[in-house]
Amino acid sequence: MRSSPRNEFLHGIQAELPILVGVIPFGMIYGALALSAGIPANAAQAMSAIVFAGSSQFIMAQLWAQQTPIFVILVTVLIVNLRHGLYSASVAPYMQHLSKTWKGILSYLLTDEAYAVVITHYRQESQKADSISAITTGKQHLFFLGAGLALWVTWQLSTTVGILLGSIIPESWALDFTLTLTFIALVVPTLKGKPEIVAALVGGTVAIIGASWPLKLGLLCGALAGILAGLWSNRS
Amino acid sequence: MKSIWLTMILAGIITYALRVSFIFLLGKIQISRRIQQALNLVPPAVFSAIIFPDLFLQNGQLAVQLTNGRMMAGLLAILIAWRTKNIVLTVLVGMVVLTLFQMFIP
Repeated sequence: MRSSPRNEFLHGIQAELPILVGVIPFGMIYGALALSAGIPANAAQAMSAIVFAGSSQFIMAQLWAQQTPIFVILVTVLIVNLRHGLYSASVAPYMQHLSKTWKGILSYLLTDEAYAVVITHYRQESQKADSISAITTGKQHLFFLGAGLALWVTWQLSTTVGILLGSIIPESWALDFTLTLTFIALVVPTLKGKPEIVAALVGGTVAIIGASWPLKLGLLCGALAGILAGLWSNRS
Repeated sequence: MKSIWLTMILAGIITYALRVSFIFLLGKIQISRRIQQALNLVPPAVFSAIIFPDLFLQNGQLAVQLTNGRMMAGLLAILIAWRTKNIVLTVLVGMVVLTLFQMFIP
């Protein structure tokens, strides 16, 4: 079952493709929004490379338009992006054999969209071989690189298009929904046991309850509540 | 104008620090079985927390009703994802259903 390094890289790009359909309109809307928030075009483009995190870029543009103090913007970014710490912990066991350079590069590419396909791939591969050690000798980090780079290039280009075209996409297209549908397609197959199902139901429900809380706290509390509930259901 | 650059560079450092944190630390700290179980639950918990509000809320209000296009499209997508595990099919059917709802329900 060993695939060549090149295949693994291409497989990563391929797995990311359906997600990119949802990412392109997001990037374009961000580009248009950042300009209207008074951020210069070169800075708006640079932010997509420096921060490289969709939802926090939207929030930064919004807060910048409202002349929010830098400190408040940074705390908001920290809270909104805390989930990336969870992702980091989640993929870390599969990456321990990699060099510091690889770890450094792949960390930069660890977005929501890359994480979703990468963790699925890591899980499938380690289940096939029945151990994590199969990962530590494999080429799965090239899958990660392929998925991450595909997303990176798409995000930069769609930002550029958004800056150039402004808000030309009609809102009635509801293209943002493709991202939600993609997450559904990725998550449903992972709901194999009681803990996973409990985590999903509790996480989603708490996020609904907290949807109006500031700083995306509903999302964070939902995620934490889901994890704790899943663990608890496994114990009893 | 300089401060937008300062802000984004600091925000970039914060974001990168979060992403790199455990990937670099894990070799140096031992992760218990319990934590490992918790990490396995991160994807269902986080992604559901993103999905649910988009399906069941309309303008911030709970909208569990047959006229909620996103909910109906999302529930059908869940069924398709469960039966077929096909990402493209799931997204396509979901978008078609949502578009039909938007055409026929004002």
